[in-house]
Amino acid sequence: MATVTVPRATASPPRGDRRGARRLTRTAGFGLGLAMTWFSLLVLIPLAAVVVKAAGGGWTTFQSVLTDPGTLVTLRFTILTAVGVTLLNAVMGTLIAWLLVRDAFPGKRILDLVIDIPFAMPTIVAGLVLLALYGHEGPLGIDVSGTKLGVVLAIAFVTLPFVVRAVQPVLASLETDVEEAAASLGASRWTTLRRIILPSLLPAITAGASLSFARAISEYGSVVLISMNARGVEVMSTETYRYIEGGDTAAAAAVAVLLLVIALVTIIVLDVLQRRAARRG
Amino acid sequence: MADASSATRTSPRRRTSAGAWVVRAIVAVYLFLLVLWPTAVLFRGAFADGLGTITAAIADPDVVHALVLTGQTAVLAVAINLVFGLGVSLLLVRYDFFGKRVLSWLIDLPLSASPVVVGLALLLVYSPVYGWFGPGLREAGIEVAFAMPGIVMATCFVSLPLVVREVVPVLTELGDDQEQAARSLGAGGWQTFRRITLPGIRWALVYGLVLSLARSLGEFGAVKVVSGHVIGQTATATVAVESAYQNNNTEQAYAIAVLLVLATVLCLVVVAILHTRDAREKG
Repeated sequence: MATVTVPRATASPPRGDRRGARRLTRTAGFGLGLAMTWFSLLVLIPLAAVVVKAAGGGWTTFQSVLTDPGTLVTLRFTILTAVGVTLLNAVMGTLIAWLLVRDAFPGKRILDLVIDIPFAMPTIVAGLVLLALYGHEGPLGIDVSGTKLGVVLAIAFVTLPFVVRAVQPVLASLETDVEEAAASLGASRWTTLRRIILPSLLPAITAGASLSFARAISEYGSVVLISMNARGVEVMSTETYRYIEGGDTAAAAAVAVLLLVIALVTIIVLDVLQRRAARRG
Repeated sequence: MADASSATRTSPRRRTSAGAWVVRAIVAVYLFLLVLWPTAVLFRGAFADGLGTITAAIADPDVVHALVLTGQTAVLAVAINLVFGLGVSLLLVRYDFFGKRVLSWLIDLPLSASPVVVGLALLLVYSPVYGWFGPGLREAGIEVAFAMPGIVMATCFVSLPLVVREVVPVLTELGDDQEQAARSLGAGGWQTFRRITLPGIRWALVYGLVLSLARSLGEFGAVKVVSGHVIGQTATATVAVESAYQNNNTEQAYAIAVLLVLATVLCLVVVAILHTRDAREKG
C-alpha cells in the first residue's frame, strides 16, 4: 500500500519512547546543534517572524483585520467548509475503509489505487482536474468556478485519503470473534456495528478527521484556480495570499497566526489521541 | 498496494447483503464523480492529439525552464532532507535532551501549516526589502527570496517531516541492542552507524526520501509566494500550470500537469515496490 502522508494513527509507538535513549555524546551534541540551527533558520525564526509581525502592528491591527467583515465572512466560510468536508470524510472514509478491508469484490486493488490519486497529485493539478470536468470548458456544461460548491469539491478531493488510511489498518487488525460472539448472542447487524465496531474505530476516525480538518483549513493550491478570488468564496489561505500580494504583510500575518494556531492545536490533539490509543494497547 | 491487511483479511463472509450493495454503490458514485471522472477528462484532454499537446508544451522554453527548475529544486531539497531527517531521527530516538517532546511536535508543524503561511514566514525573514535577514544577506551578495535558495527553502520546509516520520518508528522498533553490542566490541560510532543502524533503516529512509521527492515536485503555494513567480525565471512547474490556465492556455496547463502527475506517480510506484520487497524481506 502506498501510504502517503497519513501517519499511522494508532499503529506506531509515540515518538520519544524511552527505550534505549541515552544522554548526548559530544558528536551527537554537535549534530543536535547543527540540526537545530537549520531548523531555526528554516522553520522557527520564520514562524516567529509571522507572530512578531502580527503582534507588531499592535493589538489594533490584529483586531481590525479579524473584525473586518470581509475577513469574518472568509473565516466563517473556511471553517464551515472544513467542518462539512471533515464530516463527509468521516462517513465516506469509514465506508471506503470498510469496503477495502471487509468486502470482497473484483477491482478492489483499483479502489485502493484511486484513494491514492489525491495524494499523487500536486494541489494545483487537483484544482485543474476538477475544472477539467466541472469548469466552463468541461463536457457537462456546468461551471463551478467562483462558487462555494467548487471550493467544497476541491477540499473534499484533497482530503479524501486521510480518514480511509487512518481507519483501514485499525479495521484490519480488529478481531472478528467479538462481532461473531455478539451476532451469536442475537445482536442485530446494526447493534454489532454500533456497539462493537464503531467504538473501536472511533480513535482512528477522529485521528483521520483531525488531519483532514487541518488540511481543509489551510488548503490553498487546489482552491486557487476554482475560487478565482470571487467575493464570499475566498478561504483563509487565498485571503492571506491577497494580502501578501497587496503588500499588507501585517494583515497577512494576522490571518496567518490564526491558521498556525489551528494547525498547532490539531497536532497536539492528534498527539494526545495517539498516546492514549498507544497506552490502551 | 500488496497490503496483507487488505488482501488476506477478507473474512469468509456470508453472502453479500443488501447493505453492502448500498455501500458499494455510494462509494462507487462518490469516487467516480469526485476523482475518477475528472482525472480521466484531464488525461483525455492532455492526450487528445496523441503526444502533440505535450511536445508543443515542451517546445516552449519557459515550460522547459520551469520543469528544470522544479527538478533541480526537488533534488536539492531531498538531499537536505536526507541529512536533516536522518540526523533528527537518530537524535529523537537514541538520545535524551531538553525539549525533545517539543521538538517532536514542531517537526510536524510544516505538514499542517498552510503553504501560503510558509511562504509568508520565509518572506518576513528573507525578503531583501522588509525581511529580518534579507537586506543583510543581499549586501553580502546572497539572494534568498525571489531566487533559487528561497524556492529550495520553501520546498524543504513543506517536506521536512516526511523522512523523520518514516525513520523514527523503524528506529524505535529496532532498539539499540545491536548497536551497543557493536560498540562494546570496539566499533566506532561511524562504523556502528554504517554497519548496523543504516541497514536496519534503509527502506524507511528510502520511502521517506521518495515521498519527499514527490512532495517537492508538487509544491505550489509556498514556492509561489517566495519565488515571486516570474515566468521563465523563478516559476516552477506547478506555478507554470497555474499561469498557463489563467492565460487560457488550457492545453499547456494540462500537458505540464500530466507530466507532473506522471513523475509523482512514478515516485509512488517506487515506494509501493520497495514496500513489497521490504515486507518480503521481513517476512
